[in-house]
Amino acid sequence: MTEAFDILTNASLWAAVLRIATPLIFGVLGALLCERAGVLNLGIEGIMTMGAMAGWLAVYWGAGLWAGLLVAALAGLLLGLLHALLTVILGLSQHVSGLGITLFGSSLAYYLYRLWVQVGDLPPSIRPFQPLSIPGLSSLPFLGEAVFSQTAPTYLALALVAVAAWVLNRTPLGLALRMTGENPHAVEAQGLNPVMIRIGAVMAGSALMALGGAFLTMAAFNSFFPTMVQGRGWICIALVVFASWRPGKALLGALLFALFDAFQLRLQTTVSGVPYQLFLMAPYVLSILALILVARRARVPEALMQPYRRGER
Amino acid sequence: MRFERREDVSLPALFIAPFAAIAVTLVLCAGLIAMAGVNPLTAYAEMLKGAFGSRLSVTETLTRAVPLMLTGLAAAVAFRARLWNIGGEGQFYIGALVAAGLGHDLVSGLPVPLAIAVLMLASMAAGAALLVGPALMRLRFGIDEVVTTLLLNFIVLLFVGLMVEGPLKDPMAFGWPQSVPVASGLRLPDLVPRSRLHVGLILALVVAALVWLLQARTVFGARTRAAGLNPRAAAFAGVPLTATLVRVAALSGGLAALAGAVEVLGPTGYVTTTMSPGFGYAGIVVAMLAALHPMGVVAAAIFVATVFVGADAMSRATGVPSFIADVIMSVSFLTMLTALLFTTYRLRR
Amino acid sequence: MTDPILELTGITRRFGPLLANDDISLHLQKGEILALLGENGAGKTTLMNILFGHYAADAGEVRVNGRALPAGQPRAAIAAGVGMVHQHFTLAGNLTVTDNIVIGSESLWRIDSRRKEAKARIRALSQTFGLPVDPDARVGDLSVGERQRVEILKALYRDASILILDEPTAVLAAPEAEQLFRILRGMTAGGLSIIFISHKLHEVMAASDRVTVLRAGRVVAERRTSETSPADLAELMVGRSVTRPKRAAHALGAPVVVARGLSVGEGQGKTLTEVDFEVHQGEILGIVGVSGNGQAVLGQMLSGLARPSAGVLTLEGRDITRLTPREAVRLGMGRVPEDRHAEGTVGDLAVWENAVLERLHEPAFAARGFVRRSAARTHAADLIDRFDIRGAGPDTRTRLVGRQHAKADSGPEPGCPPALSAGQPADPRSGRRRHRRRSCRVAGRACRGRRDPDDFGRPGRGGRPVGPHPGHRQGPSFGAGDGGEGRCPDAGADDGRGLGGA
Repeated sequence: MTEAFDILTNASLWAAVLRIATPLIFGVLGALLCERAGVLNLGIEGIMTMGAMAGWLAVYWGAGLWAGLLVAALAGLLLGLLHALLTVILGLSQHVSGLGITLFGSSLAYYLYRLWVQVGDLPPSIRPFQPLSIPGLSSLPFLGEAVFSQTAPTYLALALVAVAAWVLNRTPLGLALRMTGENPHAVEAQGLNPVMIRIGAVMAGSALMALGGAFLTMAAFNSFFPTMVQGRGWICIALVVFASWRPGKALLGALLFALFDAFQLRLQTTVSGVPYQLFLMAPYVLSILALILVARRARVPEALMQPYRRGER
Repeated sequence: MRFERREDVSLPALFIAPFAAIAVTLVLCAGLIAMAGVNPLTAYAEMLKGAFGSRLSVTETLTRAVPLMLTGLAAAVAFRARLWNIGGEGQFYIGALVAAGLGHDLVSGLPVPLAIAVLMLASMAAGAALLVGPALMRLRFGIDEVVTTLLLNFIVLLFVGLMVEGPLKDPMAFGWPQSVPVASGLRLPDLVPRSRLHVGLILALVVAALVWLLQARTVFGARTRAAGLNPRAAAFAGVPLTATLVRVAALSGGLAALAGAVEVLGPTGYVTTTMSPGFGYAGIVVAMLAALHPMGVVAAAIFVATVFVGADAMSRATGVPSFIADVIMSVSFLTMLTALLFTTYRLRR
Repeated sequence: MTDPILELTGITRRFGPLLANDDISLHLQKGEILALLGENGAGKTTLMNILFGHYAADAGEVRVNGRALPAGQPRAAIAAGVGMVHQHFTLAGNLTVTDNIVIGSESLWRIDSRRKEAKARIRALSQTFGLPVDPDARVGDLSVGERQRVEILKALYRDASILILDEPTAVLAAPEAEQLFRILRGMTAGGLSIIFISHKLHEVMAASDRVTVLRAGRVVAERRTSETSPADLAELMVGRSVTRPKRAAHALGAPVVVARGLSVGEGQGKTLTEVDFEVHQGEILGIVGVSGNGQAVLGQMLSGLARPSAGVLTLEGRDITRLTPREAVRLGMGRVPEDRHAEGTVGDLAVWENAVLERLHEPAFAARGFVRRSAARTHAADLIDRFDIRGAGPDTRTRLVGRQHAKADSGPEPGCPPALSAGQPADPRSGRRRHRRRSCRVAGRACRGRRDPDDFGRPGRGGRPVGPHPGHRQGPSFGAGDGGEGRCPDAGADDGRGLGGA
């Protein structure tokens, strides 16, 4: 018990929480954006992998870190466009198409990485984003280490939560997007084009997902290796449901999840005799439990997964 | 331009679809191969040679196709009922683990054919349980089974790791994390001498035929299709939706687990956490290329096996990364998905 | 005559094999109420969807105030002052009234939405036109009538000068409908021009200045309302003289279906409180009510798809409170689902498969778990033959066969939707199909017809109408539908063409 307490009062835990949460925040915001417009994007795992590879590679080839993030976002945008073409324009099953995007995104990322990067005994690395030192704040006791010594993309993720919440709830664009997820026919009847809105939402959401992947290679670690996304995308999909499709709750969900993950990582080193796999399983088990917990009262966007074709009801 | 539903599914289009999809895929991937500085035609020729160039490579390709047929059938059966089982990988591993765990010494007293049957059934039961859970979660709580089955894949793989490093660890493996071996008497006999090809191939073909019979000729098959195509109408006509879906889940999970059991009883003899190069996920591609038809699964599994075995050989010969196999697979999945659309819709100006 | 505010010329639209609109021309004068009259499937909704830009016409032109509208662009139609109130409301239930009304009225790229001004304007419009509604309410919490007001406000908010209403009374109780027409009158006095679509003769007579009659995609007549009669219009609409179906008086037999205290209480629109009724042998029982008052769940209960939380339901003395669909089939209860497109048949299965789907547990069609395909095919061929379903074979994909025929195959009767007929359990097949010619009138059988008030009642049919439970309902519950004019004695004609949409 005291061990658990020690872990929880250690500022490095809370620093880790924000670090672990960052890719999830990007991913869950991206998935949320797609789903609020009515498109389930199961391509997330592949898009994150592609983002991780593309951003890292750009920096490896000499681009700046921010340019690398831009490249990652662009890669996400393109995969998002592909998913939108298949599901919004062609009206194919969002489940099946999303899986295809995941297979495609990850395999293409691995292929291009192997094609362009010479891998020796150790994977080559880049100099990643460094923790920012914010004058005045970073030197605060506890909070300084826990909150104000993060890398820039973490603050970007936090800012994007606020932006997403504002756009969704306070702007005409957000209203159009939400309405498209609830009833695309209503959007069309008011003279807007639900097809374009969905395509835009999926592309923007996919770009965010890719940024989540890029955080892994450009801030959390410094190199790319296959299977590094490790199901984080699927966890994001579960978190969206957990968050009832709201950006604020999504942030909360990602933080809770990260807290649990960071906690179990530290527990692993202090508790002996328990196979480490049990600790590693915890995040996935937790995701399933979270789904069961909220499933009954989840208020799903009504037109989620309903293809929209003009003139067909 | 707009899409218009065809009055009837075009059968010729349905037959041509996979070939068109594969052709488009090979053209698209040719670009990627060219980026490696290799002539795509040379690369494809090397792939074919690698997969079918010798007696050994043919048997190797077919050996690789066996688990793909079974995971492909697993996906096809589930998708037909609109149950999105993406957990084939986890079911494969749980099946392999059960077969190895029980096959080491627990069933040693039984006559060999009976013991093998018991092993397979036990594996299938474990795989079935692994999918019935998510199916029930969908029916009860409306939880998307794609997410639950995917998350279960990670959980199962960690569990397998736990077992092969713990209770089922082979003490004779010089510290390698691999499971105890299946008793040698229980291994499936070879089909072709001096190769890894085993009677599992025959088994997979028989299972494919049985699944076809089940889907096309039985009451269960008719109800499954009705429930998949229009659940509300099926319920109105008295089709028990829950029971039907649970049975489909059991069958699908069982088939994927059978693939794992056959792999352990056939070529490998024991379980490691890297024994599957994604058989479960590839099974989804196989099912899709087969347009969910059980007999088509056989052909599609051989195609995917060709790509995998051929790509390894091609990679050695030309230096193109062998990940090209995964790219070809995923691109053919997407092109097939699109091609299938044109069997039910046509473009109209 | 002044120049028309709206003019449609030569509108033609095809859906696959179906010619939904065939060279249709019509016009609308300022301040006028034009009724567009026709059976289901006559092409009314398609025409209005073309006018509003939901579809593009294959040929023809729409002019507003003399200016041609670009085809297939609702945005252009809205900008030109056309507003449409859809039959199936285009509202998002999870969003607020204001959300639903203002969407599309502002530039998408504004940083902040002007909610305060929007709400004030909605309140003002509500006041002016007598359409009270709370701008902050969630649309899902509103009654059907209130939702319709939101739909109308949507059009007014965008400054519509031409208002199109598609079957506006389909969801309204009689007094609400009357009130709606009063409001519409007031709007025309204020300069609006209105087209409303209907198949109800009495409201066309009561509310319109002029009537255009559509039949099978063509304009067959145009009349000044003051110069025509219901009988005249009915004949124009159906294409032949309409005689009122007569029903000879006959004695009622013993009670067949008895409901006592049926209650359900889960969620919205699914409640039923202590409903009692009896259906006697040889009787037709109509159940009347505005949709959303529990008819749907009552229908599901009688089909075996829902169970009451309290109460007892019996069929010929036997308890069927916990009925399942399979049990219903076994007992020989014919059932027609409320939404035949969604629940009636599995469109992608062959006709023979649909024909035996609900009877797969019978030895006649299955042995040892295998489907007896030849028996099933023979059965389907027999049905196709008996009912003279043209262009269909047992292996035809059901989607291609007229829906009502397809359902005829699987047993229950399509002619009287949504109806339940409970027959003698002894022989589930005999006699039941004679309903086909629509008369729900089979000697010695009880038949219960549930009707929403958007369809015509069938007066003169000896049934005793009751509401689901007079004591627990709001609004009018008695009365056999809403008018004396029989719609079409052969409804088979309309749905069969419904493949393409409309």
